[in-house]
Amino acid sequence: MGALLQVKNAGIQFGGLKAVSGFNMELNQGELVGLIGPNGAGKTTSFNLLTGVYVPTEGDILFDGKRLNGLAPYQVTRNGISRTFQNIRLFSELSVLDNVKVAYHSLAKHSILSSIFRLPSHFSEEKVMEEKSLEFLKIFQLDRYKDEKAKNLPYGQQRRLEIARALAAGPKLLLLDEPAAGMNPQETHELMELIAFIRNQFDLTILLIEHDMALVMGICERIYVLDHGQLIAEGTPDVIRNHPKVIEAYLGEEVPNAHA
Amino acid sequence: MKKVTKFWLFLILAGVIYGIGQALIQTGVLNAFYSNMLTLMIINIILAVSLHLVIGITGQFSIGHAGFLAVGAYVSAIITMKFELPFVLAIIIGGIVAALAGLLVGIPTLRLRGDYLAIATLGFGEIIRIVFLNIEYVGGAAGMMVSNMTTWTSAFVCLVITILVISNFTNSRHGRACIAIRENEIAADAMGINTTYYKVAAFAIGSFFAGIAGGLFSHNFYIIQPTNFGFLKSFDILIFVVLGGLGSLSGSVISAILLTIISTYLQQYPETRMIIYSVVLVVVMLYRPQGLMGTREITDFFGKKKSAKGGI
Repeated sequence: MGALLQVKNAGIQFGGLKAVSGFNMELNQGELVGLIGPNGAGKTTSFNLLTGVYVPTEGDILFDGKRLNGLAPYQVTRNGISRTFQNIRLFSELSVLDNVKVAYHSLAKHSILSSIFRLPSHFSEEKVMEEKSLEFLKIFQLDRYKDEKAKNLPYGQQRRLEIARALAAGPKLLLLDEPAAGMNPQETHELMELIAFIRNQFDLTILLIEHDMALVMGICERIYVLDHGQLIAEGTPDVIRNHPKVIEAYLGEEVPNAHA
Repeated sequence: MKKVTKFWLFLILAGVIYGIGQALIQTGVLNAFYSNMLTLMIINIILAVSLHLVIGITGQFSIGHAGFLAVGAYVSAIITMKFELPFVLAIIIGGIVAALAGLLVGIPTLRLRGDYLAIATLGFGEIIRIVFLNIEYVGGAAGMMVSNMTTWTSAFVCLVITILVISNFTNSRHGRACIAIRENEIAADAMGINTTYYKVAAFAIGSFFAGIAGGLFSHNFYIIQPTNFGFLKSFDILIFVVLGGLGSLSGSVISAILLTIISTYLQQYPETRMIIYSVVLVVVMLYRPQGLMGTREITDFFGKKKSAKGGI
């Protein structure tokens, strides 16, 4: 029971297509783990399995001792898994501050009626949400943009805001789906620092999907490799770098062979 | 506090508008024709604001709003005419039954998105109308006689309550959740928001106020007929919201006022009425495709910095 997240033989089938199968993973508290694989290997699909977007057709997902299969995404988030998206999904017409406030939504408890009649619980809880969100923006150095619409931020800052928003939901496990996609080397470097920073600051476990090998090899302690929906390797960056199956998946086989 | 003064400003403004309206009607400056236009205008504003919550804030494209108007109209008419209970009670019960109808329609249909949701709500709106058409108890196609009880005062009170409730809802964590759903449903879900709950809640609140408008509507004329609540009525309400600017409460109010005035004045030219009305719509949409107000609110013009919200 030591692991924070245990994925046992999970898989999903779309009609006749097995997108992911026999997926096993164990994450311990405080680890920073990478998930890599060629395009179409099933990385984002496995994120969607973890976050409840898809219901696994086989296997089990245990988080913090609780079974997550079949929970809706919002319930998974409330259980402590939060995520960012491959293509940034901010609430673009909302202000930067409101984007973070949305993540605090489930921390407040006042009802719709309390808000409609402006009862004291509405004012006190909205005030707490506002203060916490501002504090959060300060940590991420986004406070000077707080009244800006999210869509008007530069790309790198949008990523930053998306990570801030995911963290505001109070996760124990943070899933980052290609956080460095579309970033220049400078931005990627800042992102690496940010990831290291939030990990210490928030006592987090992080699982990230990434194509930028410098980033993955640089910060991840362990790496899982997916190919064609199957887990083909697992281990430290050094092990993965020299793993024959990984090289095969990325570069092809050394000796031309008949179809496997 | 800032929020509190804004609230009192709104009430004072509402009081002034009410006073002017009441004085003009009392002194006979406005004849029956114009005072009737004012009541109609208020009903239209309530309808526009209630649909604004569903389409503009939550982003659920519903075009069956006249169905809930019909529920409110018939239920309140039954209560005053058949049971002879007070008008106030009739309006409230009309709203509640319309909200229940909203729940009933919303729970299955709000799983759909975009055009599919539009078609489903359109269908439900028509079903509600046909149901009333076939109930002999409420007069069927011939319609139902209703006595005139709606006054400037009762209509105005309903309007103030509608705007306050919807604006309060919008400017809270619940309204933010609804806007988040409009902006990006998948991300809203991933942020821990129960999207189905909020879509249905917004839909039910919108239906409630459509029902209130229905109560005022049925007691404003002497007869209600199922044909009053066809899908063209739904489109009229939709036009208020789109023309005012999706996501802007004050936009919905302004466009409901303008379009009511335009269509009332055009009644003098019955042959060209619909043509001119359509031309107005086309021109506005050509020059302001985002609607009269865009996503802004009228309060934004007084030096307040705010983003897409639904302030008073």
